[in-house]
Amino acid sequence: MALMDLANPTRFLALSGRVLPWLTGLALATLALGFFLAFRAPEDYQQGETVRIMYIHVPFAWLAMFGYSMLAASALGILVWRHPLADVAHKAMAPIGAVFAFLCLFTGSLWGRPMWGTYWVWDARLTSMLVLLLLYLGLLALRSAIEDPNQAGRAAAVLSLVGFVNVPIVKFSVDWWNTLHQPASVFRMDGPTIHSSLLWPLMICAIGFTLLMLALHMAAMRNEIYRRRLRVLEARAAAEAAYA
Amino acid sequence: MFGEHGFFILACYGVSALALGSLALWIFADGRLVRRRLTELEARGVRRRSAGRIDA
Repeated sequence: MALMDLANPTRFLALSGRVLPWLTGLALATLALGFFLAFRAPEDYQQGETVRIMYIHVPFAWLAMFGYSMLAASALGILVWRHPLADVAHKAMAPIGAVFAFLCLFTGSLWGRPMWGTYWVWDARLTSMLVLLLLYLGLLALRSAIEDPNQAGRAAAVLSLVGFVNVPIVKFSVDWWNTLHQPASVFRMDGPTIHSSLLWPLMICAIGFTLLMLALHMAAMRNEIYRRRLRVLEARAAAEAAYA
Repeated sequence: MFGEHGFFILACYGVSALALGSLALWIFADGRLVRRRLTELEARGVRRRSAGRIDA
């Protein structure tokens, strides 16, 4: 089956209906394994037990950026190919990405208090992540403010493409500016600087959260397709009632 | 548990579980509501033009 064949709402519903239970189960099993390993991993020599926060904070940060990248890719599908499934994917991702961005900031703030002595500083990493959360919330607000769904989809697509410039800023802010937030320690040109006893649980948690985000997105896309069908049927029912 | 910083660790995990659990519940409940309304309309005889050749 060609990839484009899958980009059809009816085929997507059929395929996702079969995949979703397995994807959800795999996500939960991977997260269970990840947490098991995370809480058995040794303490960090400097941070002590608070390093346990890393196993959720770092995946939330990665996935907040990944979610926004998916939004930007969907925005291209809306604006260039005008594909209805791209609009469905775009609309479904915004609230999920917003939750991951919020959790990244929340867990980072609670990690910062014992390590830095403060919940918040206006450094480049924290501020650009806050901007990412505001972009997600702005997309949600924009969609709900415009009544025409097609117009709302196009406006949200333009905003998400413009906002995508913030994603590399989040990623490289710790290299470009002098920040309180530590520099990258996993995805580096010279390899990770985290010991493997901490790195493996982190990677397994990250895979688990990625699968969870994909499962939530797939479920939300299915809801949105059904919602659009419902809208069509309600309009048809109203038209039939008017002619009767 | 978790030494002197136990509150921060437990609060991070607790709020994350609450937020992600609420998100999953919201998506699940939303799907059930939409599909129920769709089924009700179809039961009243209102169908999509392509309903004969669908699937889902």
